[in-house]
Amino acid sequence: MTDTAFTQAAPRGFKEFFKPRGERMHWTDYVTYGYLIIGVLVMLLPVLWVVIGSLKSPANLSEYPPTLMPMATQTIVVDGHPDPLPLFEVTQDDGTVKTLAQIRRVGIRAQMIDPDDPAAEPSVVDVAKAKPIRSFNPTFDNYKDLLRTAGDTIWRSIYNSAFITIVATLITLVINSMAAFALSKFRFTGSTFALVLILATLMVPATIILVPIYLINSQLGLVNSLWGVILPVLATPTGVFLLRQYMLTIPDELLEAARMDHASEWQIYWRIVLPLTTPALAVVAIFSIMSRWNDFLLPLIVLNTKDSQTLQLALAGFKTEQGIEWHLLLAMTTITALPLAFIFLFLQRYITTGIASSGVK
Amino acid sequence: MTNGAMSSAVGALASLPARAVEPFWKWAQRRLGMKALPWLFLLPNLLIIFTFALIPVAINVVFSITGSDNLYPSQRPFIGLSNYRTLADCGNFLDPSTCSRDLFWRAVGNSLLFVPLQTLAMVGVALMTAIALNKKIRARGFFRGVFFFPVMLSPVVVAMTWQWLLQRNGVLNAIISLFGANRASWLADPNLAFFWSIFVTVWAHCGFFMIILLAGLQSIPTDVYEAAKMDRASPFRVFWKVTIPLLRPVLLVVFVLAVIRSVQTFDEIYVLTGGGPGSATMLVVQYIYETGFAQQPRNYGLAAAGSLILGFVLLIFTLVQLRISRGEND
Repeated sequence: MTDTAFTQAAPRGFKEFFKPRGERMHWTDYVTYGYLIIGVLVMLLPVLWVVIGSLKSPANLSEYPPTLMPMATQTIVVDGHPDPLPLFEVTQDDGTVKTLAQIRRVGIRAQMIDPDDPAAEPSVVDVAKAKPIRSFNPTFDNYKDLLRTAGDTIWRSIYNSAFITIVATLITLVINSMAAFALSKFRFTGSTFALVLILATLMVPATIILVPIYLINSQLGLVNSLWGVILPVLATPTGVFLLRQYMLTIPDELLEAARMDHASEWQIYWRIVLPLTTPALAVVAIFSIMSRWNDFLLPLIVLNTKDSQTLQLALAGFKTEQGIEWHLLLAMTTITALPLAFIFLFLQRYITTGIASSGVK
Repeated sequence: MTNGAMSSAVGALASLPARAVEPFWKWAQRRLGMKALPWLFLLPNLLIIFTFALIPVAINVVFSITGSDNLYPSQRPFIGLSNYRTLADCGNFLDPSTCSRDLFWRAVGNSLLFVPLQTLAMVGVALMTAIALNKKIRARGFFRGVFFFPVMLSPVVVAMTWQWLLQRNGVLNAIISLFGANRASWLADPNLAFFWSIFVTVWAHCGFFMIILLAGLQSIPTDVYEAAKMDRASPFRVFWKVTIPLLRPVLLVVFVLAVIRSVQTFDEIYVLTGGGPGSATMLVVQYIYETGFAQQPRNYGLAAAGSLILGFVLLIFTLVQLRISRGEND
């Protein structure tokens, strides 16, 4: 006891830090860390680069080579000029460097003024000798611009995506758990048939029945309706299977006791079995939220109007409409990814164990 | 998300709808009896499955053997296997330009190249990462999270992200020009675009398979490794003689899942390259989408025939998977 306390309190060297159990670093450990660090760069930096980009001004974004951080030219308010003027470091003929503010630029020459001496005559400077003074300056203007220029459309898309995700997930949980309840807590003729039928839909991926789903949606009047995207994938076979396996572990004595007390089967399902199935429901909910928020192909086919489009469709259609306006596009990309990034941040452990336990089945 | 908080939330929700639907269920239970009641619980699920999975498969068959651009099966004239014949109408199967539907065969060719390469890369990366993350290392949770989080990103976000990195004035070109290389048009060159379509899909999905493999690795008892250590076996030997054989069942399932997913790839590449340049990155699902929905006039029959061929291929893979998982369980 005291021994371990002592070793932990002792100062630890570089190698011990990377090897928690006090073993020696093996060459495979170096390879592992090398691989993981490269992996982190490859996995993390692209997304970070988009977020950084979304905080850059359009002028900063169009620069090549790109700046690492959002940079903006410093400006200063000079007497006698209504707008703030950009600051430049100008190399004088004698080699000294002077800070000047630019009034206007004509071709390769710029008219500049000394901010400390606004009354003096402006001097004409060769642009090649002037270097803008820049500082770290993230801006949220892209987001503001996006919400302003896209106006109602983007709020509409956010609403549509949120509506589809929330409503579809709630209904998925209810109807899948109802089916799982029937398949786990009742003995009835045809139960195996029903289970096989539900699992058989695993073999019918949505990608190959696009045309008929479009036809059925149009027959039901659901084209351009959010319900046309919600209904087709409400019954998820993996969800039913996962919930059923979990419900099988709930002891039948609990249900018998409730039946003795004259509870109806619905009450047993809703008041007893469902609350006990919470962990499995959480896994199914996360899966549903993920796939609904990120879904692209089904909305692409069913939703054709601006009013009904989801955030994903809006994002994908963004560049075809107004050329590529990267500053707006990057802000939009960040907004689209944000909700799930937050969910992931808080539920990381549950999500990964959920996939590990259900992915194989 | 503690269990207690979740279940109290469920409990609070539970009291509301229960009051509204209980009378109906009590009545239904009295009328149906305990034998038929389970079917009432199954009803919503089965209704959705019939409407949006089983009936569509039947309609798909009808579509594929009828013609015209009319959406309603009753108004589509019967044309037999003509759609399939059109798809298969090739002078020389190895040369798509001799086919009447050359884009279909280009898409098939692309998929035939894409699926094995992408699956191998995907499973390879996922396996390496899982093995690295199964070692006793610092910040394992952090690393695991980093490799997994692209799975949460939508395909469109993934595609936009990489488009931003790979554009001509993008950061990748800036980095390689630091080393003196010339700027490349990554998505405008057919071969490079094909490479990036594989790279990006692996980047986006390897975390999913990594987690499954990690779960498999963690179910391998540690004393097997202890024994190998006692025998002073080299890491490579341990990998080939211990890890791989014991991981085989999980590895096989991951392989089949990866193939099934790979065959269905659409979103990322459609947004990243649009199937281009030319038709260099067009895969089968995109061909089906374009024929059935993007082109004028929409050719539902041809799209349905293509879907059924794709469905048939997926069916074979699924059967193989079932066979494998059953074989491993015995």
